[in-house]
Amino acid sequence: MTPGFERRRGGGAVATFTGFEADLLRSLASQLVELLRNEVAAPADSGDPLEQLLDFSGPTTEPDDPVLARLFPTAYPDDEEAAGEFRRFTEGALRDTKARSAVQIIDTLEEAGLPEELTEDGLVIDVELDPAEAGTWMRSFTDVRLALATRLGVEEGDEDYWLALPDDDPRTHVHDIYEWVGYLQETLVQSLMR
Amino acid sequence: MSTPMPVETEEPEQAVRVDRPWSTVVWNDPVNLMSYVTYVFQTYFGYPKKKAEKLMLEVHEDGKSTVSHGSREEMERDVQAMHEYGLWATMEKAE
Repeated sequence: MTPGFERRRGGGAVATFTGFEADLLRSLASQLVELLRNEVAAPADSGDPLEQLLDFSGPTTEPDDPVLARLFPTAYPDDEEAAGEFRRFTEGALRDTKARSAVQIIDTLEEAGLPEELTEDGLVIDVELDPAEAGTWMRSFTDVRLALATRLGVEEGDEDYWLALPDDDPRTHVHDIYEWVGYLQETLVQSLMR
Repeated sequence: MSTPMPVETEEPEQAVRVDRPWSTVVWNDPVNLMSYVTYVFQTYFGYPKKKAEKLMLEVHEDGKSTVSHGSREEMERDVQAMHEYGLWATMEKAE
């Protein structure tokens, strides 16, 4: 198992993953891209056909999917109109940035030798990230963790609950992955901390 | 001999408040790592580590922290940036 990220000479971070680990990271990043690109960020139905035709700039209401609602929080909790305007001008760009970051993880892993289909045992993937790439990975790990935690229903101080789940509960497996990405992120942050 | 009038120390503060009526509030969540939140406050706002850690602990212990002040446009930029980092941030207008 990977010991996580280490500081890279000259800035950034390096890590060595097994083929299985790299494949898992790619799969998590792909799911994030799919979620960000698939649920259409459609403008709210205002009821006015002309306004709707002209209004192609962005969504104004909170996404239905709880993961997306967490990734794109409402900026003005007490002002629906201002919140809608903020969302219209920011959510599209944020979706693109987050999707591009996740794609960068996939690209880097594949450039480092991860094949499209993992068949080989004993594959080792060395990843080297400059400071900007390391920052991108760190933000994308956050998105992945927020997505997993939202699906699982992770709450503050609920560690005992997850520990007590039986091994054959599928949530145990997902929670282990959530913890693992958290561990990777922690080592990445430590590699970059001044 | 004269001593500085109290008003002299109050005035700049008031001027600051008029120019910076909005703030960015970051809320606690069960997911984000303490180290990461500190890193974000250092990297994005350029705060020294000590200040970044203090704000992070406020988020963690009090449930939220006001991390920046400024004009509405500036704060919308900060809130958007916090969302890019995956932090749960909202706008707040000073009363």
